[in-house]
Order: sequence, then C-alpha cells, then structure tokens
Amino acid sequence: MASNEEILAGLAEIVNEETGLDTDAVQLDKSFTDDLDIDSISMMTIVVNAEEKFDVKIPDEEVKNLKTVGDAVSYIANAQA
Amino acid sequence: MPTELKLAPTNAGSRFLGLGAYRGDVVVTNDDVCQWIDSSDEWIRQRTGIVTRRRASADVSLLDMAETAGREALEAAGIEGAQLGAVIVSTVTFPYATPSAAAALADRLGATPAPAFDISAACAGYCYGVAQADALVRSGAADYVLVVGAEKLSDVIDNHERTISFLLGDGAGAVVIGPSETAGIAPSIWGSDGSKWSTIGMTHSMLDLREIALAAEADPEGSALVAETEAKLWPTLRQDGQTVFRWAVWEMAKVAQQAMDAAGVGPEDLAAFIPHQANMRIIDEMVKQLKLPESVAVGRDIADMGNTSAASIPLAMHRLLQENPGLSGGLALEIGFGAGLVFGAQVVVLP
Repeated sequence: MASNEEILAGLAEIVNEETGLDTDAVQLDKSFTDDLDIDSISMMTIVVNAEEKFDVKIPDEEVKNLKTVGDAVSYIANAQA
Repeated sequence: MPTELKLAPTNAGSRFLGLGAYRGDVVVTNDDVCQWIDSSDEWIRQRTGIVTRRRASADVSLLDMAETAGREALEAAGIEGAQLGAVIVSTVTFPYATPSAAAALADRLGATPAPAFDISAACAGYCYGVAQADALVRSGAADYVLVVGAEKLSDVIDNHERTISFLLGDGAGAVVIGPSETAGIAPSIWGSDGSKWSTIGMTHSMLDLREIALAAEADPEGSALVAETEAKLWPTLRQDGQTVFRWAVWEMAKVAQQAMDAAGVGPEDLAAFIPHQANMRIIDEMVKQLKLPESVAVGRDIADMGNTSAASIPLAMHRLLQENPGLSGGLALEIGFGAGLVFGAQVVVLP
C-alpha cells in the first residue's frame, strides 16, 4: 500500500515520462488539462501506466472525474484501500 | 449406404499476389478543417499526426474508387477479372443497404458470375476480408479472391463535430489473394467486443431518419421542420476517443502479439508493421508496446491520407512498398480495429 506522498511521486514520474514535464510541476492542486496541458490521449496513457504501477483499476468513465492531480492521488489511494 | 460426397481439392496455403490503391483526389489541409472546428494546424498534428487527409470529389463514387484499386491489384497479380473466384468488399459507407457494392464491382471487373458480398467490419474490415479470402482459397472454395477495403467517409461525417470527422479520409485499397504451396498468410486472430458497440458509430439509425422524413411529409410546414432538424437528419459518425484509444493500444497490442505467436514469428522477424491508420499516437504507442526494433518499417500513411477505415491498411502497405520495394517478400504484421468493436490481425508475406 503506497502513501499519498508515494502515489504523488509515482504519478509525477509517469507524467514526466509521457509529457517531459518536470516532476516538481506535478502538484496536488494542478489541473491535468489547464495547468499541465495534458490532452485526453496522454491522460489515458498516464491512467493505464498508473493502473500498472499501483495495481488498481481506473475505469474509462472515472477518468473524466480526475480533474486534478489530487483527484487522481485520492482515487488511487481509495482503490488500493 | 449413401453415395459418398466428393471432397473438393484444397490448397496448402494462400498469399498476396497483387496490390492496388486509390487515394481521394482532394487534399484537405488542417487549415481547411479549422474553418469548421475551432482548432489549429499545430493542435491537430500534435494530437493525431495528420497533416492532410485525402477526400474524393462528389462525382467520384465508392465503386469508382474500388474499381481503380481492384484493377491495379488484378494487373499486379497478372490475372483477369474472369479468373476471380470471389469478390469481397469491406465498407461501411456504401450508400445502399442492398444490393452490395461487391456485386456491382465484380461486374465492372468482368468477374461475373463470381460470388460477391460486402462485409461490415469498419476499420477491421480489410483484415476480416483477408481472413475470409485466406480461408476460401485454402478450402478450395475459390482459387483467386479480390479483397477491397473502400470507404467514402466524407459522406457520413459532420465537419463541425470534433470527435472523429476531422480525422477521416476517402480511399480504396485492394489485394488479390491466391493459392500458395507455403503459408503467405498466417492464421488470423480476429474477434469482436459488442459490449463497446456504442463507442464508435452513427449518431442515429436509418429508422430515425425515416421518422423525420415522414413527419416532414405529413406536415404542411414540412420543409421548415426538416430545416430545423437538419443537423440531426443525416446520420454521421461519432466516437468516444478516450475509450477507443485505451482499447486500441493496450488490447490491440495483445492481439498483435497473438498474431505473431500464431505465425511463429517475433518482432525481429518482421520487415514491416502496418496497423490500421487511426491516429499516429495509437501507432506510436503500439510500436512501443510491441517493442518493435528500429529495423521494422512502420506504416505511417495517416499523415497524408487521414483515417480511411477499411482502406487504410492496404493503402499504407501500397505506399510502403512503393517507397521501399525491398520490403517485397518480407513479413508484415497487419492489424485492423474499429467500430463494433471488432479487430483482426495476421502476419503476411508482402507481395
């Protein structure tokens, strides 16, 4: 079970790998689309990589609810619990 | 004891004998598209890898495109239309529910009375056709089969919507498949997932269209009624891009792997990878997932053609072979996937 800090760090690495964005830019309050400029296709790649990394399932219909990095961290933490 | 039925002679294998192509005659740029949707050349290139898409003029029909591609494939194969044992057209844009495009095409090509039929498997349609032609040839049901993927997608799009229309182009690609002593087409991996039926498809059915038309006929203000509903009158394509993207990359990578396993080959044995040309980012991600070495030529025809559904794989193959004739005789992994959802893949020897 990963802590929220570990999930955030892991997610930041995944975002970095997909977009080249600095891991420091990936903060809980950042919006994937508005702040990090991540499009829907990159978002799906990030979601699939996060599923694998954290061993969780994130259904397609949930993806649109993950607006901020914090939303994703909470979702993953809850899914792992 | 009843008289024993005669066993038909069979063929050991089948292979591609010839290839043909038709590309829409009108070049539609990203700037053209931006007259209809709020976007930019840069945005479209980045999201899709598409620089231009080719569309056919109003006076070029789906059958015209199919005929051009079919004639080139017959010529390349060195056979006459009359030698065809079957004609299969894969399309979702022939404007008649019946009769089929294939029957008309067979007649145009001098193949009458060959069996002729259409298949509806959208972007997997070409691979479905190859699977059927391979089976027909090996079973001895036909010696030569023409498979054509032909689409005039510009007839079923709404240029002002943003999910799919701006990706699409018009074209036709054709292969002649015939008997072979060795396997020129490895076992097909094909299937469907109708649980995702609504993720790509038409906005509404022909019955809805009839209802509006009948209401308009009965109404003295009929023409006004039609004008009001015009945007919704003609069914056009939509997709749920995110869901389709996930399925196309991660599920289809598994299918592609199965096709290589069924053929008894690995990525290092391939000369080319020719996936359905849906989106450059799907192609790039699949190449990554399949861990294809740099030596494998990858079909990237989408940059100029857009997504032409059933025609996209044979068009991309045609272009790869034109630009690099040395690929001829090499192995190609071909995989189609799309509305249904449906998928089909096979490793083939390039003609």
